[in-house]
Amino acid sequence: MAFTTSNSYYWKGFRDGAPFVLVAIPFGTLFGVFATEAGLNIVQTMTFTATVFAGAAQFAALQLLQEETPTLIVLASALAVNLRVAMYSASLTPYLGAAPLWQRACAAYFVVDQSYACSIARFEKEPQMSIGQRMAYFFGSISPIAPLWYLCTFLGAVLGTQIPESWALDFALPITFLSMIGPMLRTLPHVVAALVAIVVSLLTVAVPFNLGLLIAGCAGMMAGAQAEVMLERRKVRA
Amino acid sequence: MSQIDPTTMWTIIVGLAAGSFALRFVFLGFVGDRPMPPWLLRHLRYTAVAILPALIAPLVVWPAATGGAPDAPRMSAAAVAIVVGLFTKNVLAAIFSGAVTLYSLLYLLG
Repeated sequence: MAFTTSNSYYWKGFRDGAPFVLVAIPFGTLFGVFATEAGLNIVQTMTFTATVFAGAAQFAALQLLQEETPTLIVLASALAVNLRVAMYSASLTPYLGAAPLWQRACAAYFVVDQSYACSIARFEKEPQMSIGQRMAYFFGSISPIAPLWYLCTFLGAVLGTQIPESWALDFALPITFLSMIGPMLRTLPHVVAALVAIVVSLLTVAVPFNLGLLIAGCAGMMAGAQAEVMLERRKVRA
Repeated sequence: MSQIDPTTMWTIIVGLAAGSFALRFVFLGFVGDRPMPPWLLRHLRYTAVAILPALIAPLVVWPAATGGAPDAPRMSAAAVAIVVGLFTKNVLAAIFSGAVTLYSLLYLLG
């Protein structure tokens, strides 16, 4: 019984994660090409992509390596680019924290923008989901993406051919994420959080190492939390 | 472009692999089902709607494909995707409308 329902949540997650293959295919391919051009052999490229599993941080590290940046600076900068996954991990903890440690460790490896966006949207919409169903959904959401990301990195590295620019797949990433954000804006504090984050992200775009994103994210979260408190106070008074 | 030496490359790979996993594991693994303070939970409720738009906004306003020049088809596609998502609550409908907007305008204006 529990298995059946978890199974159906796995496939729900799979379906919700599927549109992100439009992102994984061009970016995986691009990373493969970029890594090969930077002089990495196929073993290095595939180990890199399989163990780090974080597109933006991988690109950042290779870029800096080519500029002969000291190793420690490369590591610190690429991890700074990836700091947002710690916030995703924190945000998922109230929903997945009760699962066995080995499941949480496996899930941690797969925390990326896509799996996080799908899962948090579903968990908030269906608060009655069991821990097993949530884990099944989470792994379902990453299942269409991860294998294609590895495969496309490999193909990009071996064939060196990129997806033609005229296909405009660069914009698959903004469109897929924006499409997920719309349905998440359920209350006024959610809208406030998003608007503040957008404005601050545009103002801080020149901050190095992608840290503007974290500043904008924190500003948005604080604005949302503050708006929630103010609305609650007004409700109590009324 | 200089060749990256293998020792440096493997140091970076191992360091980034360990560091990235640590970032992802820190809350899920170490906090687990221990209760978190209400103020923190209140902030975490807005992580998704803050970080994801902040990640996307600069890509929409200054797209890399146009060398950073603001671009009408991409801006319109972004606006359509978010508005359709907001009103239909349907992610696939939003992606489809955004993509149709992007390709029609790229074709018409291209």
